[in-house]
Amino acid sequence: MSVRVKDIPEEMEVVYDFPEAVAKVDTHYCPGCVHGIVHRLVGEVIDELGIRERTIGVAPVGCSVLAYNYFTVDFVEAAHGRAPAMAAGIKRTSPDKVVFTYQGDGDLAAIGTAEIIHAANRGDLLTTVFINNAIYGMTGGQMAPTTLPGMVTTSTPTGRDCAVAGYPVKMSEILAETAGAVYITRETATDIPSIRKTKKAIKRAFLAQMNGLGFACVEVLSTCPTNWHQDPWEAMQWSKEKMTEVFPLGAYKMTDEVKALKA
Amino acid sequence: MAKELLKGNVAFAEAAVRNGLEAYFGYPITPQSEGLEHLSGRLIEEGRVFLQAESEVAAINMVYGAACAGVRVMTSTSGPGLALMAEGLSYIAGSEVPVVIVNMMRGGPGLGNIQPAQADYNFMTKSAGHGDFRPLVLAPSSVQEIIDMVGLAFELAEKYRTLVMIAGDGSIGQMMESAELPPMQPVRETRPDWAVTGAKGREKNVITSLALGAENLERLNLRLQEKLAEVKANEVRYQTYDTDDADLLLIAYGTVGRICTSVVREARKAGIKVGLLRPQTLWPFAEDKIRELAEQARGVLVVEMSAGQMLEDVERAVAGAAPIRFHGRLGGVVPMVDEIMADLKKLDAETK
Ligand SMILES: Cc1ncc(C[n+]2csc(CCOP(=O)(O)OP(=O)(O)O)c2C)c(N)n1
Ligand code: SF4
Repeated sequence: MSVRVKDIPEEMEVVYDFPEAVAKVDTHYCPGCVHGIVHRLVGEVIDELGIRERTIGVAPVGCSVLAYNYFTVDFVEAAHGRAPAMAAGIKRTSPDKVVFTYQGDGDLAAIGTAEIIHAANRGDLLTTVFINNAIYGMTGGQMAPTTLPGMVTTSTPTGRDCAVAGYPVKMSEILAETAGAVYITRETATDIPSIRKTKKAIKRAFLAQMNGLGFACVEVLSTCPTNWHQDPWEAMQWSKEKMTEVFPLGAYKMTDEVKALKA
Repeated sequence: MAKELLKGNVAFAEAAVRNGLEAYFGYPITPQSEGLEHLSGRLIEEGRVFLQAESEVAAINMVYGAACAGVRVMTSTSGPGLALMAEGLSYIAGSEVPVVIVNMMRGGPGLGNIQPAQADYNFMTKSAGHGDFRPLVLAPSSVQEIIDMVGLAFELAEKYRTLVMIAGDGSIGQMMESAELPPMQPVRETRPDWAVTGAKGREKNVITSLALGAENLERLNLRLQEKLAEVKANEVRYQTYDTDDADLLLIAYGTVGRICTSVVREARKAGIKVGLLRPQTLWPFAEDKIRELAEQARGVLVVEMSAGQMLEDVERAVAGAAPIRFHGRLGGVVPMVDEIMADLKKLDAETK
């Protein structure tokens, strides 16, 4: 039985609390889903940078469509894949605000490929948090552009045959090639050290925007235990072992200015 | 302000700047590109926002974002581009943010051509995207009128927090005529309280078109419908010409509406008592006025640069009160006064 947020008795000592930027509500994410972890990291970063009152989030279409319920910052909800375009519209008319998109791999690497590449290439002052779980979570586990070769999904019942369905799309590698991007990194969030490292990367990506340097994106290799048909522990291990083989971790682009930022 | 010789596309763009347009996002397409080109210089000059997007899909979503941020924002396009914007139009309608869009209609379907047409009537008035919504659609028939309608479009979009389209066509966009621009208005200094501007000293603002649960979404839809009913009750606009004693009634809008004012003159000279109703809003539609005029007339002639799209709305409004004939030209052909006259004479003879 899980304890619901609102049921925590007041007389208990608080040893670990919500960041101010994260709303005190239960999320709808499945157990073992990385969305919840990364939400918290984004919230902690917003708090640490003291930007809660001037941050605007752009939610995607995907499992994190309701992200706007889980933060205490202003939010809009974009059409599938269009978050970077919507964010560009907000940022260009509100240059004093901090604008971030939060997107899944179907959202960013399939239907929204054009929007993310052009936002990066223009050097739009945006921060993108990109959750790569190699599958379409929300619609019930169909193949994503990031689905691994041979991986069984509800739309690749015999495993992804790359000769037919194409190859895993490597967005960080592609985005790193754009002139307007200043910081593109691929991280993971499957154990404590990698979660800490991902938080640092997210902070750096926000700082890149706040310092007017250019476009920044943090890809986080994630999990979808529900649609991978694994338990949370197995999913974490699978992500760590299998996904990193196809999607090598590391910073694909980091300009000297970004390197100099204190994250 | 003095009159000057202005091209329709430049005129609507400059009128928008003078009405306090803060941001424009667009993608080039004939026959509206001069609007985008004009704004690319003027908005930057004024220290405002101009961005040429990578597609109409991106453009409308940038517009959507800027509208959520609470600024006066617009885009312009033509048929193929409007089709790509349909996704964004629906989201904009569902989340009730004010947006103005100019559509300089060209010949379709498909790539069609770049000649003037009116075949996006149904698209704009009845099915601009998925779900139950309608944009308010204004239909100018001259360069002066499109200038005036830009100001009106912003006013209506903001008053109702809705999508307003200006339905021009290739000839309104491309022709030059003498017209007067409005004086320069300052850009608004504050943003509406519903906009996303950062949750400083207030609860967070969330703008979404998502409403999970059937009852929830029905409530949202009912509110939209209520608003549209208010628009329908208050914002019908049209012009009538010589309708007081008319035996026959012409109905046409935009460029064709303007051509029909010449038809009225010619017909009157020839002794046929004709009047013209020119809708200035395509939605809401002047159905009550059309019914009233049709009841006094022997016959109605609808003229369009389409296969008969507004015709269906006229038929619904007239509801059998008078016989209706249709004259339509397709694919970018603009109907001439004498061909309309010929149909009018036929209608006159048939109904005597
Ligand atoms: C235009 C459009 N096409 C399809 C969908 C259906 N749809 C919703 S979410 C989704 C995939 C989301 O996958 P991903 O971005 O990987 O996010 P996840 O759910 O895995 O977090 C799809 C195809 C939609 N909402 N809109
Ligand atoms: S379906 Fe997958 S991505 Fe969606 S919440 Fe559950 S575990 Fe996370």
